[in-house]
Amino acid sequence: MPRHRRLRKVVAPPGFHGFKPYGVVDISQDKVELLYEEYEAIKLSDYDGLNHENASKLMGVSRPTFARIYESARKKIATAFVEKKEIKSVYGNALLDENWYLCNECNARFTIPRGRSQQQCALCSSANTKNIKGEK
Amino acid sequence: MKTLITASDNNTEALFDKRFGRAAWFCVYDEDSKDIKFIENMNVNANNGAGTKAAEKAVELDIKKIISGDFGPKAKDLLTKFQIQMVIIQEDELTINQIINTLTG
Repeated sequence: MPRHRRLRKVVAPPGFHGFKPYGVVDISQDKVELLYEEYEAIKLSDYDGLNHENASKLMGVSRPTFARIYESARKKIATAFVEKKEIKSVYGNALLDENWYLCNECNARFTIPRGRSQQQCALCSSANTKNIKGEK
Repeated sequence: MKTLITASDNNTEALFDKRFGRAAWFCVYDEDSKDIKFIENMNVNANNGAGTKAAEKAVELDIKKIISGDFGPKAKDLLTKFQIQMVIIQEDELTINQIINTLTG
Protein backbone atom coordinates (compact mmCIF):
# COMPACT_ATOMS: atom_id res chain seq x y z
CA MET A 1 0.00 0.00 0.00
CA PRO A 2 1.48 3.36 -0.97
CA ARG A 3 2.12 5.97 1.61
CA HIS A 4 -0.72 8.47 1.84
CA ARG A 5 -0.24 11.83 0.24
CA ARG A 6 0.54 14.65 2.52
CA LEU A 7 -1.96 17.41 1.87
CA ARG A 8 -0.49 20.42 0.13
CA LYS A 9 -1.24 23.79 1.64
CA VAL A 10 -2.96 26.14 -0.74
CA VAL A 11 -3.45 29.72 0.42
CA ALA A 12 -6.35 30.50 -1.89
CA PRO A 13 -7.95 28.32 -4.52
CA PRO A 14 -7.67 29.56 -8.11
CA GLY A 15 -10.12 32.34 -8.93
CA PHE A 16 -11.39 30.53 -12.02
CA HIS A 17 -13.06 27.27 -12.85
CA GLY A 18 -11.13 26.75 -16.03
CA PHE A 19 -9.70 28.06 -19.28
CA LYS A 20 -10.98 27.36 -22.77
CA PRO A 21 -9.13 27.83 -26.03
CA TYR A 22 -10.97 29.92 -28.60
CA GLY A 23 -10.77 30.08 -32.38
CA VAL A 24 -10.41 26.33 -32.50
CA VAL A 25 -12.37 24.27 -35.01
CA ASP A 26 -11.87 20.76 -33.70
CA ILE A 27 -11.92 21.38 -29.97
CA SER A 28 -11.06 18.26 -28.06
CA GLN A 29 -13.77 17.08 -25.72
CA ASP A 30 -11.49 15.91 -22.93
CA LYS A 31 -10.20 18.35 -20.42
CA VAL A 32 -6.96 18.75 -18.56
CA GLU A 33 -7.55 18.73 -14.84
CA LEU A 34 -5.30 21.20 -13.09
CA LEU A 35 -5.23 20.49 -9.38
CA TYR A 36 -5.34 23.28 -6.81
CA GLU A 37 -1.84 22.41 -5.59
CA GLU A 38 -0.51 22.58 -9.15
CA TYR A 39 -2.02 26.02 -9.59
CA GLU A 40 -0.43 27.05 -6.28
CA ALA A 41 2.96 25.69 -7.37
CA ILE A 42 2.87 27.72 -10.59
CA LYS A 43 1.71 30.78 -8.68
CA LEU A 44 4.40 30.60 -5.99
CA SER A 45 7.19 29.75 -8.36
CA ASP A 46 6.46 31.76 -11.50
CA TYR A 47 4.15 34.54 -10.36
CA ASP A 48 5.55 35.27 -6.90
CA GLY A 49 9.07 34.41 -8.02
CA LEU A 50 9.96 32.19 -5.09
CA ASN A 51 12.57 29.49 -5.42
CA HIS A 52 11.51 25.88 -5.00
CA GLU A 53 13.03 25.63 -1.54
CA ASN A 54 10.89 28.46 -0.10
CA ALA A 55 7.82 27.57 -2.10
CA SER A 56 7.96 23.97 -0.86
CA LYS A 57 8.08 25.20 2.75
CA LEU A 58 4.98 27.33 2.18
CA MET A 59 3.10 24.38 0.79
CA GLY A 60 4.26 22.07 3.55
CA VAL A 61 5.95 19.50 1.30
CA SER A 62 9.56 18.60 0.57
CA ARG A 63 11.47 20.33 -2.18
CA PRO A 64 11.57 17.26 -4.46
CA THR A 65 7.80 16.85 -4.04
CA PHE A 66 7.27 20.49 -4.85
CA ALA A 67 9.37 20.03 -7.97
CA ARG A 68 7.18 17.10 -9.00
CA ILE A 69 3.95 19.06 -8.49
CA TYR A 70 5.41 21.98 -10.44
CA GLU A 71 6.61 19.66 -13.21
CA SER A 72 3.18 18.08 -13.49
CA ALA A 73 1.49 21.49 -13.57
CA ARG A 74 3.72 22.64 -16.46
CA LYS A 75 3.14 19.38 -18.28
CA LYS A 76 -0.63 19.79 -17.99
CA ILE A 77 -0.63 23.39 -19.15
CA ALA A 78 1.62 22.53 -22.08
CA THR A 79 -0.64 19.61 -23.01
CA ALA A 80 -3.67 21.89 -22.93
CA PHE A 81 -1.94 24.43 -25.18
CA VAL A 82 -0.63 21.99 -27.74
CA GLU A 83 -3.60 19.66 -27.85
CA LYS A 84 -6.11 22.55 -27.67
CA LYS A 85 -7.74 21.21 -24.57
CA GLU A 86 -9.76 22.97 -21.94
CA ILE A 87 -8.18 23.42 -18.51
CA LYS A 88 -10.41 22.72 -15.56
CA SER A 89 -9.39 23.39 -11.99
CA VAL A 90 -10.16 20.57 -9.58
CA TYR A 91 -9.68 20.15 -5.87
CA GLY A 92 -6.85 17.57 -5.75
CA ASN A 93 -4.93 16.97 -2.51
CA ALA A 94 -5.08 20.51 -1.30
CA LEU A 95 -5.44 21.83 2.19
CA LEU A 96 -7.14 25.18 2.08
CA ASP A 97 -6.30 27.94 4.46
CA GLU A 98 -9.75 27.86 6.04
CA ASN A 99 -11.45 25.72 8.59
CA TRP A 100 -13.04 23.00 6.50
CA TYR A 101 -13.98 19.54 7.61
CA LEU A 102 -14.26 16.42 5.51
CA CYS A 103 -16.74 13.64 6.21
CA ASN A 104 -15.22 10.22 5.66
CA GLU A 105 -18.63 8.63 5.08
CA CYS A 106 -20.24 10.80 2.42
CA ASN A 107 -17.22 12.85 1.27
CA ALA A 108 -18.97 16.14 1.88
CA ARG A 109 -16.87 19.08 2.92
CA PHE A 110 -18.31 21.55 5.39
CA THR A 111 -17.50 24.36 7.76
CA ILE A 112 -18.46 24.65 11.38
CA PRO A 113 -19.30 28.25 12.16
CA ARG A 114 -18.21 29.80 15.42
CA GLY A 115 -20.53 29.19 18.31
CA ARG A 116 -21.55 25.74 17.14
CA SER A 117 -19.90 22.84 18.84
CA GLN A 118 -21.15 19.77 16.98
CA GLN A 119 -18.38 17.74 15.42
CA GLN A 120 -20.61 15.61 13.23
CA CYS A 121 -21.09 15.75 9.50
CA ALA A 122 -23.49 18.45 8.41
CA LEU A 123 -24.99 16.18 5.79
CA CYS A 124 -25.20 12.60 7.05
CA SER A 125 -24.61 13.28 10.78
CA SER A 126 -21.74 10.79 10.83
CA ALA A 127 -19.12 11.37 13.50
CA ASN A 128 -16.39 10.10 11.19
CA THR A 129 -15.05 13.47 10.14
CA LYS A 130 -11.69 15.13 10.02
CA ASN A 131 -10.44 18.65 9.98
CA ILE A 132 -8.65 19.34 6.72
CA LYS A 133 -6.81 22.27 8.15
CA GLY A 134 -5.54 20.88 11.42
CA GLU A 135 -3.23 18.15 10.20
CA LYS A 136 0.21 18.91 8.88
CA MET B 1 -33.27 24.99 11.66
CA LYS B 2 -33.47 25.84 7.98
CA THR B 3 -31.26 24.40 5.28
CA LEU B 4 -30.86 25.77 1.79
CA ILE B 5 -30.07 23.43 -1.10
CA THR B 6 -29.29 24.76 -4.56
CA ALA B 7 -31.58 23.16 -7.14
CA SER B 8 -31.95 23.17 -10.90
CA ASP B 9 -35.77 23.07 -10.81
CA ASN B 10 -38.66 23.61 -8.39
CA ASN B 11 -39.53 20.05 -7.36
CA THR B 12 -37.86 17.47 -5.17
CA GLU B 13 -37.01 15.22 -8.14
CA ALA B 14 -34.92 18.03 -9.63
CA LEU B 15 -31.17 17.69 -9.81
CA PHE B 16 -28.98 19.39 -7.29
CA ASP B 17 -27.19 22.42 -8.78
CA LYS B 18 -23.50 22.64 -7.97
CA ARG B 19 -23.38 26.40 -8.44
CA PHE B 20 -24.42 28.61 -5.58
CA GLY B 21 -25.17 32.11 -6.86
CA ARG B 22 -26.38 30.94 -10.24
CA ALA B 23 -28.54 28.01 -9.28
CA ALA B 24 -32.03 28.41 -10.78
CA TRP B 25 -33.89 27.57 -7.58
CA PHE B 26 -33.18 27.46 -3.87
CA CYS B 27 -34.82 24.66 -1.96
CA VAL B 28 -35.44 25.61 1.66
CA TYR B 29 -35.88 22.68 3.96
CA ASP B 30 -37.06 23.26 7.51
CA GLU B 31 -35.82 20.53 9.82
CA ASP B 32 -38.35 21.25 12.53
CA SER B 33 -41.55 21.39 10.49
CA LYS B 34 -40.24 19.11 7.66
CA ASP B 35 -41.49 21.78 5.31
CA ILE B 36 -39.97 22.04 1.82
CA LYS B 37 -40.21 25.31 -0.09
CA PHE B 38 -38.77 26.42 -3.38
CA ILE B 39 -37.65 29.96 -4.01
CA GLU B 40 -36.69 31.24 -7.43
CA ASN B 41 -33.25 32.76 -7.74
CA MET B 42 -33.67 36.21 -9.28
CA ASN B 43 -29.99 36.63 -9.98
CA VAL B 44 -29.34 33.67 -12.26
CA ASN B 45 -28.28 35.92 -15.12
CA ALA B 46 -26.80 38.78 -13.13
CA ASN B 47 -23.50 39.98 -14.52
CA ASN B 48 -21.88 40.11 -11.13
CA GLY B 49 -22.58 39.71 -7.48
CA ALA B 50 -24.86 36.68 -7.87
CA GLY B 51 -23.09 34.86 -5.04
CA THR B 52 -23.27 37.86 -2.73
CA LYS B 53 -26.98 38.37 -3.44
CA ALA B 54 -27.70 34.70 -2.88
CA ALA B 55 -25.86 34.90 0.44
CA GLU B 56 -27.87 37.98 1.44
CA LYS B 57 -31.05 36.14 0.55
CA ALA B 58 -29.98 33.27 2.78
CA VAL B 59 -29.38 35.65 5.68
CA GLU B 60 -32.80 37.21 5.10
CA LEU B 61 -34.47 33.78 5.17
CA ASP B 62 -32.65 32.89 8.39
CA ILE B 63 -30.89 29.90 6.84
CA LYS B 64 -28.37 28.09 9.04
CA LYS B 65 -26.90 25.64 6.57
CA ILE B 66 -26.29 25.81 2.83
CA ILE B 67 -25.63 22.81 0.63
CA SER B 68 -24.08 23.55 -2.74
CA GLY B 69 -21.21 22.48 -4.97
CA ASP B 70 -18.98 25.51 -4.61
CA PHE B 71 -18.90 28.94 -3.00
CA GLY B 72 -17.16 31.96 -4.45
CA PRO B 73 -14.75 33.99 -2.29
CA LYS B 74 -17.23 36.82 -1.63
CA ALA B 75 -20.12 34.54 -0.76
CA LYS B 76 -17.79 32.54 1.48
CA ASP B 77 -16.71 35.64 3.42
CA LEU B 78 -20.29 36.76 3.90
CA LEU B 79 -21.53 33.35 5.01
CA THR B 80 -18.65 32.99 7.44
CA LYS B 81 -19.52 36.39 8.88
CA PHE B 82 -23.15 35.45 9.42
CA GLN B 83 -22.15 32.08 10.84
CA ILE B 84 -23.94 30.05 8.21
CA GLN B 85 -22.63 26.56 7.73
CA MET B 86 -21.43 25.72 4.22
CA VAL B 87 -21.55 22.17 2.90
CA ILE B 88 -19.91 21.21 -0.38
CA ILE B 89 -20.94 18.10 -2.27
CA GLN B 90 -18.97 17.21 -5.33
CA GLU B 91 -21.04 14.30 -6.61
CA ASP B 92 -23.01 14.77 -9.80
CA GLU B 93 -26.51 13.55 -10.52
CA LEU B 94 -27.91 13.87 -7.02
CA THR B 95 -31.56 14.84 -6.66
CA ILE B 96 -32.95 17.14 -3.98
CA ASN B 97 -34.85 14.21 -2.55
CA GLN B 98 -31.69 12.16 -2.10
CA ILE B 99 -29.96 15.02 -0.31
CA ILE B 100 -32.90 15.58 2.04
CA ASN B 101 -32.97 11.86 2.76
CA THR B 102 -29.29 11.83 3.73
CA LEU B 103 -29.88 14.93 5.77
CA THR B 104 -32.66 13.35 7.78
CA GLY B 105 -30.81 10.05 8.02
